[in-house]
Amino acid sequence: MKPAPDVEKVRFDVRRGVVDRSSAELEINPFDLHALEAAVRIKESVGGIVTVISMAPSHAEPALRDALARGADRAILLSDRRFAGSDTLATSYTLASAIKKLGEFDLIICGEKSVDGDTGQVGPEVAEFLGIPHVSYVTEIKEVSNGFVTVASDFGVAYYLVRAELPALLSVTKEVNVPRKPKFKDLMKARKAEIEVWSADDLKDVLDLNRLGLEGSATRVVKAYYALEKGREGIKVKGDEGIRKIIDLLSSSGVI
Amino acid sequence: MSGEGVLVYAEYIEGMLHPVTYELIGKGRELISKLGGSVKAVIIGSGASGRAEELIHYGADEVYVYECSEGVALNTLLHKELLVSLIHEIKPKLVLYGATPWGRSLAPRVAAALRTGLTADCLDVYVTDDGSIVQVRPAFTGNIIAHIKTVTTPVMTTVRYKVFKPPKKAPSRNGKVIIREVPADGDIHHKEIEVLGKVREKEVNIADADVIVAGGKGLKRREDLKLLEELAELLGGVLAVSRPLVDAGWASKDRQVGFSGNVVKPRVYIACGISGSPQHLAGMKDSKVIIAVNIDPSASIAKYSDLFVVGDLYEVVPKLIEEIKRVRGKP
Repeated sequence: MKPAPDVEKVRFDVRRGVVDRSSAELEINPFDLHALEAAVRIKESVGGIVTVISMAPSHAEPALRDALARGADRAILLSDRRFAGSDTLATSYTLASAIKKLGEFDLIICGEKSVDGDTGQVGPEVAEFLGIPHVSYVTEIKEVSNGFVTVASDFGVAYYLVRAELPALLSVTKEVNVPRKPKFKDLMKARKAEIEVWSADDLKDVLDLNRLGLEGSATRVVKAYYALEKGREGIKVKGDEGIRKIIDLLSSSGVI
Repeated sequence: MSGEGVLVYAEYIEGMLHPVTYELIGKGRELISKLGGSVKAVIIGSGASGRAEELIHYGADEVYVYECSEGVALNTLLHKELLVSLIHEIKPKLVLYGATPWGRSLAPRVAAALRTGLTADCLDVYVTDDGSIVQVRPAFTGNIIAHIKTVTTPVMTTVRYKVFKPPKKAPSRNGKVIIREVPADGDIHHKEIEVLGKVREKEVNIADADVIVAGGKGLKRREDLKLLEELAELLGGVLAVSRPLVDAGWASKDRQVGFSGNVVKPRVYIACGISGSPQHLAGMKDSKVIIAVNIDPSASIAKYSDLFVVGDLYEVVPKLIEEIKRVRGKP
């Protein structure tokens, strides 16, 4: 799970081309809510334990509490200044290392992408670091049994039925389910629950400290700016003049 | 590994070559004028050898073909392994993939295996005067544009469909086709991952559409989508919707425009009763011409429109249909 700012509320520093981090609190990336719901449903039908892992600054703790209230059994926050500046490669490496430290697992589920980074790369990269198969853009989880998971996945022009051997990683779309709202009593319980915080030192047996954060990243942002709207004319018209203008524009575009 | 030239991954799924492939080859040709080297393409799949010449006609100098059986043709692990070994062998400076669902699933696996950087969903790639490659991509639902350099090799990029112009096909162009064997142990991945079959085709591929008429919350009833569909058909386009209509079960996700649906870039986008949430705008704001019909003059889509018709779509759209028919009917 990735704690991310709410894109409806977040404001941008237009001059510097960055996000104003104080404008919105971190919440669970909306795509990841569907991943969590999928995990909880699998637990409800076949049993098991749902562990949530996030790599984020320490103020992301409330997002992890929210995950506990929504049915996760355990929450681990990977938080350390040495993780800062990680690109998808360093993030995936760190997450995969933490998963190795956790020990055996059957299934990793993540959202198809995050609202802020929008890369969708961390899931498949984690799978590669762990040497397990993955299926991206999963729209339906059909079956989890006998050491396999069977899903429907969006390949672009069509949806395909794919079977992966466990352990496997799935990245799910919003179509996969409708996440439940947490119950009040579970929210209360989650307020008191423990969030385990792991630092880079906690992972030093399973990873190479030189492959973390900015130093371990393969990409660098050299320039960023706020995307101002293209100079659209935005002509406002009403009534029959509107119809005339549409016709003019359609014909100048070669559509009619 | 220093490397030279550009390698384009040709997306080939069940006999269909994704058109983004041609755009990537075209971009590759442009980039090698500064980067040096040649444009190579790689195509993997059942029947792949039949498409190699076509890739040359569009601008590839060399095409690596991995012909394989249908059973493993869509196995991501097999594609990954073939790409990793080819990249080790030919050492390209830059590898381009389409930012399609398939490309965005495969490319990160290759990147992690090679421990190199990958930049997602790019809108541009350019070479600076000192010869370094810069990738331009949107983040935060398109609000921030970032320019990114990769410090490892090769540089790997997934590029959005329809941002680069496809080159003209030149059937007289010559190039080299290199046929490669798929190693027999390609079958070992059969157990780890297996494509069992097609669930269904998409109802419509709106990313390919030239004209889109989209409906949003301004629609009162599901049946009213027919009105917009009539307009779309009249213009040779397709019907699309904003997310609330998909959530309400009025239309399939295949028709959804937006951050969690499809990113589209048609010649003309007509938004009817769509206010323009950031998520919707992220999916259509790069359309060539944007026309909005909305009863609320303060709707945020106004800033993103070339023409904003303030009015009730239930009055405007039928009149527009009538007028188009009248204009067309003229001799």
